[in-house]
Amino acid sequence: MAGLSALQALTLSALMFTGASQFSLVGVLGSGGAVVTGVLGAVLLGTRNTLYAVRLSTLVPASGIRRLFAAHLTIDETTATSTAAPPALAGLAFWTTGISLYLLWNATTVLGAVGASRFGDPAALGLDAAVPAAFLGLLWPRLRDGEARRTALVGGLLAAAAVPFTPAGVPVLLAGLAVLPLLLRRQP
Amino acid sequence: MTWVAVLVASLACLLLKVAGWSVPARFLEGDRLRRTTVLLPVALLAGLVVVQTFGSGRHLLLDARSAGLAVAAVALLLRAPFLVVVVAAAATAAVLRVL
Repeated sequence: MAGLSALQALTLSALMFTGASQFSLVGVLGSGGAVVTGVLGAVLLGTRNTLYAVRLSTLVPASGIRRLFAAHLTIDETTATSTAAPPALAGLAFWTTGISLYLLWNATTVLGAVGASRFGDPAALGLDAAVPAAFLGLLWPRLRDGEARRTALVGGLLAAAAVPFTPAGVPVLLAGLAVLPLLLRRQP
Repeated sequence: MTWVAVLVASLACLLLKVAGWSVPARFLEGDRLRRTTVLLPVALLAGLVVVQTFGSGRHLLLDARSAGLAVAAVALLLRAPFLVVVVAAAATAAVLRVL
């Protein structure tokens, strides 16, 4: 991960454990963005996990320390598998998916961190093209309905328009304004 | 400062998850709030795609990354797995730079 030491990348992976926020933080810091804009972007991307958590708390019984672990494993994938499973198996689906993904995710980060330290120029390997491709891969499954596609289009245009005028990281935050029409619309 | 960013952002993201597990389910029942929470990542991810593909300091430009992104989009249309999409984009950019 550009701009981060191997230990920082591993800490981020183990402690944050939500891919889009991690990539966003690394992307903003790597392109010279301020800490505040980097953190803010990552946090805004993480707000959807709150929504997932509310949903999961009705499906997966967990209290005390187990609830803390369950919270940590609350991401796109665990929510998808738990809500798709029959209610009786939601807990099993959640913990199985969560724990295996957690191990796999962090193992991949270790490999990436060790590997990256051996390479010289990330651009020669096309790693700078891998970053937007990863974001596109995360975005793609969310573009199912017209409203989502419009939001993505407006967000992308806002970010592009802001690049010449704002410091690194800010264009991404401005892209978030694409949800404003939704917030301002009158409730039916 | 990088450590501050890593630790603060990680803690904040964890707290967002814990908050969801701790509030009553009716807290997020509003349709508008739910849609906003779903669409905010869409807007931010689209912004990230644009900035990371075309951004170069305070300029927008077309380079090997754009070709990589186009290949990634084709791979996604063909329902390729995430890792294949990312590797295909990187390989495209790397090959173009050698040519």
